[in-house]
Amino acid sequence: MRIFDPHIHMTSRTTDDYQAMYASGVRALVEPSFWLGQPRTSPESFFDYFDALLGWEPFRAAQYGIAHHCTLALNPKEANDPRCTPVLDALPRYLVKDGVVAVGEIGYDSMTPAEDTALAAQLQLAADHGLPALVHTPHRDKLAGLRRTIDVVRESALDPERVLLDHLNETTVKDAAESGSWLGFSIYPDTKMDEDRMVAVLKAHGTEKVLVNSAADWGKSDPLKTRKVADAMLAAGFGEDDVDRVLWRNPVAFYGLSGRLQLEVAAPEALHEGNSILRGGE
Amino acid sequence: MISNPPAPTREDLAPRLDAAAGAWLDAALAEAAAALDENEGDNVAVAPWELRFAAAGRHCGQEHADPVRTLLLQEARAGLTTLTRLYHQGTAAERRAVLLALPLRVTGPGALPLVEDALRTNDTRLVAAAVGPYAAAHLDPHSWRHAILKCLFTGVPVAAVDGLDRRAHGDAELARMLADFAAERTAAGRPVPADLYHALHLTGEES
Ligand SMILES: [Zn+2]
Repeated sequence: MRIFDPHIHMTSRTTDDYQAMYASGVRALVEPSFWLGQPRTSPESFFDYFDALLGWEPFRAAQYGIAHHCTLALNPKEANDPRCTPVLDALPRYLVKDGVVAVGEIGYDSMTPAEDTALAAQLQLAADHGLPALVHTPHRDKLAGLRRTIDVVRESALDPERVLLDHLNETTVKDAAESGSWLGFSIYPDTKMDEDRMVAVLKAHGTEKVLVNSAADWGKSDPLKTRKVADAMLAAGFGEDDVDRVLWRNPVAFYGLSGRLQLEVAAPEALHEGNSILRGGE
Repeated sequence: MISNPPAPTREDLAPRLDAAAGAWLDAALAEAAAALDENEGDNVAVAPWELRFAAAGRHCGQEHADPVRTLLLQEARAGLTTLTRLYHQGTAAERRAVLLALPLRVTGPGALPLVEDALRTNDTRLVAAAVGPYAAAHLDPHSWRHAILKCLFTGVPVAAVDGLDRRAHGDAELARMLADFAAERTAAGRPVPADLYHALHLTGEES
C-alpha cells in the first residue's frame, strides 16, 4: 500500500515517526507552513522556518525514503499580528522554489479583517505563481467560516478546482463539494474527525476529490492516521483501488497541479553509514 | 592555485535535455547574459535569471540541476555579492549549486563564510559541496581538519574532499585527530569508517 499524507507538520515530529510512517506505507508527504504554538515576533523567524521546510526537513525525510514537499504562506492566526504581516511581501521569492507545491495554509482562524486581507492576497499569489492553494477552514464557527472562505475563493483569481478545503467534517462536506474544490479531512485522536466517521463520509459522498491527512503536529495527533483510515476503508468493504485513489492518486493529482511534484527519493549517502540524524546530531 | 573543475557548458548539457528543457535553458541563459553588473540595478526587483536559478530543478530535471545552475551563474557573471544573496535565500539545492560554483566565480577568500555555513549543517549534500576546490584553496588548517572529521561523521565519502592528498600530507595534527576518532569508535565497539584509514594513510604520519 502506498500512502501520501497531504498535510503533516514533520518539523514537530521525531525520526521514529518517519520510520513508523515508512513502515506503514507512507512514501510522500506535504508539510504546510503553519503556526508553531509559540507566536513569532518577526518575519525573519518565518524565513528560517521556510528555509527548514526547503532544506533540512526534505533531507531528513529522504533518509527515511519519504518524498517531502511543502506549502508556504502566512498562516491566518499570525496574519493578525502586524509584526508578522511583512512576510506577505517576501513570499514571492519563496513561491518560486522547486519544493513548493501550493500556497498554504491560508484561510480563516477568527474571521478578522486582517485575515480577509491575507487570504485574498495569498489566493492572488497562488494564481500568479501557477500554484494551487491549501485552505484551512476554521475550527470555531466552522460552517459560517467555510461559507465565507468559499465566497472569497469565488471572488479570487484562483479557480476553485485549484483549491483544497481542509479540516472538513460531516457538516461542511456538502457546501465544500458544491464549490468545486478538493476536499480534505484531517483525522485526529479523540476530537474533530476519526477514521470510522471518515469511512461513513466516504460511503455517503464517494472518493472523488477526497484527500485524507493526519495533520499531525506538536499537539495530540497521530502520524499514522492515514494508514488507519486505509485499514478502516478496507474493513468496511472498500477495495484496494478506492484506498489507492484516496490515499495516493487524489493527493498526487491535487499537488501535481503545481507541476513540481518529484515523487522518487534518492536517499542521501549518509543513510548507508552511521549517520548524524540517527545519532541525534554530533 | 585553485585546480578549477571544468565548467559545464551548454554543449555538454544539450544531449541530456529534452526539447522543452533545452528551450527553457536557452531562454534562461539569455536572461543571465543580460544580467546587470551586481553594483548596478535598483536592488529591489528580482532579476529574471535568478527566478530561473530557483526553478532549474523542475524545468531541467533534478539530475541536471547542478550543472544548469552553475552555467547560469557563469553566464550572469555572478560575483560575491550575488552568490552570497543566492546562497542565503536559496533552498538546499540552490545553496549546493552556489558552493559548487565558488572556485569558478570567486578568486579570494571572501566566500569562506558560505563554506563555513555549509560545514555547520548536517546536510550531507551541502557538506560534500563545501569541501571542493574552493575550500582546498582557502580554508584555514583548523577548519579544514574539522571538515574532514565532519565528512567521516556524516558519511560523506572523503573522495569528495578536493586536494585531500596534498593538504593531508605531513599534517601531524590531522593524523592525531583521526587516530583519536578511531580510538573513540573502537572503545565504543563501533566500526571505524574505512575512509578514516585512507585519510590517515595520506597524512604519512601513521604511528
Ligand atoms: Zn496544519
